[in-house]
Amino acid sequence: MEAKETYASLEKLFPGKVRDFKGDVFEPYLNVEKEDIVEICHFLRTAQSFRFEVLSDLTAIDWPKEEKIQVVYHLFSYAHNHQIILKVDLPRDNPKIATVEGQWKVANWFEREVYDLFGVIFEGHSDLRRIMLPEDWVGFPLRKDYVEQEEYDGISTQRAPLVEKLLR
Amino acid sequence: MSETAATDTGFYAEEMTISVGPQHPSTHGVLRFVVKTDGEMINEAIPDVVYLHRSIEKIGEKVTYHGYVPYTDRADYLAAMFANQAFCMAAEKLGNTEVSRRGEFCRVIACELNRLASHLISVGTFGQDIGAMTPFVHALRERETINNLMEEICGARLTYNYIRIGGVGYDIVPTTMAKIAEFLDHFEPIVEEFNRLLSGNKIFIERLANVAVVSKEDALSYNLVGPNLRGSGIKWDIRRDMPYSVYPELDFEIPVGTAEVGTLGDSFDRFWVRIREMQESVKIMRQAMKMIPKGPAISKVPKKFRPPVGEYYARVEAPRGDMGFYVISDGSEYPYRVRIRTGSFTAMSIIDKLAKGIMMADLIALIGSLDVDAPEIDR
Repeated sequence: MEAKETYASLEKLFPGKVRDFKGDVFEPYLNVEKEDIVEICHFLRTAQSFRFEVLSDLTAIDWPKEEKIQVVYHLFSYAHNHQIILKVDLPRDNPKIATVEGQWKVANWFEREVYDLFGVIFEGHSDLRRIMLPEDWVGFPLRKDYVEQEEYDGISTQRAPLVEKLLR
Repeated sequence: MSETAATDTGFYAEEMTISVGPQHPSTHGVLRFVVKTDGEMINEAIPDVVYLHRSIEKIGEKVTYHGYVPYTDRADYLAAMFANQAFCMAAEKLGNTEVSRRGEFCRVIACELNRLASHLISVGTFGQDIGAMTPFVHALRERETINNLMEEICGARLTYNYIRIGGVGYDIVPTTMAKIAEFLDHFEPIVEEFNRLLSGNKIFIERLANVAVVSKEDALSYNLVGPNLRGSGIKWDIRRDMPYSVYPELDFEIPVGTAEVGTLGDSFDRFWVRIREMQESVKIMRQAMKMIPKGPAISKVPKKFRPPVGEYYARVEAPRGDMGFYVISDGSEYPYRVRIRTGSFTAMSIIDKLAKGIMMADLIALIGSLDVDAPEIDR
């Protein structure tokens, strides 16, 4: 099914919950309200005409100018060989969204990664711990305004550029 | 150590917590498991990953498109060619760049050679992990020849930086072509020999049959990809189903798990898919070498590569399955965001579930059969 048709039927079934479909780009996507992400994911996964039984990818993008963090869901169906991208805008100062772990098991690790690197809180997640960085790390590295802490566990994270050292 | 309980036999069974790794030889790189065991049986295995995190995604925001290609090598150093290709495909699509036709064929040949090398490591170390030492040496011997060929093609043995935006860095010259052809003739019977040595070995089969069965539903829900997905009987290969490059012009089979010795989706099925994929790769390379046209290996690409605003998710079929590069451009010289989605990351997340109730020795077989690769998990 074309992404256009997916959007059309979603719009009919969930009026007001999906918006801003972009179809004339390489990867057609649509925006979903953050309150409705689980409901829509569940529908897309189970409805026979969609059967998006795979969550190919779950990631996030930081847009500091627009004051938002966008969580991106890549849904894919082997049965129908079609895909759709869902995007959810979250406020940058308090990004919170419900987990889709109940729909796809793999979301557990994907969401842990997004939490670790962007600081998005997935409510209802069974094991929301940092996955890449140590538990006591400060900050979320993939945010655009991230500044590395100067010291971790007594070890400096800074280093003079090699060239300067050689010139000295 | 936790709960102590008397069993009906009067013995005391105690849950023991042990740490497997991070430098354990069977963990394929640097991985660690916190395993809670009851004697030989595993109650829980908690993966502790990302000892090899090199922030490749963040680096992507700081370097130009051309400059990022060598970094993609490091995402999975056993299959660097595929990461090169996935990133270049995304950049080409965003920048609307033509790929030279000879370049496409060079890519296919180099990638399939790389797939052979990667699968050889996978099946070789798999044998070694569960006690078969000799096949490992045989596999590495063949891989050494492939490394030599790669050196001739692009000057590097592991981190190739061969595929560039618009084509490939260097043309494959006729003398190298001849050597590849010679290697393929030599390699085909080696697969048979390898099967006599390892795949058909009764002990090997009994170690793997019916161990760590992944059902179709789990394979989908945990988003397993590549040989792990096909091992569970789902016939899906990006090369065929979402064709890229010149794969639609080539003729090849997609091996799937067939419950050869046990249950569908057991460790042996995943192993067996890899062995048969090697034979298919040989077929693909033979055809590509026949069909390769004359012409430039790379098309004209501006030095200052500035794709217009947009985003693209490029997928390639890497040895560890669907490798995706989600590249977002804001119109500048640098990518706005690069996301790398790898097969090992999702394969690793299923281990927690599969390890419950299996024996300690089978955990090693499970890790080997999923072919997880630490650098690819961590990125």
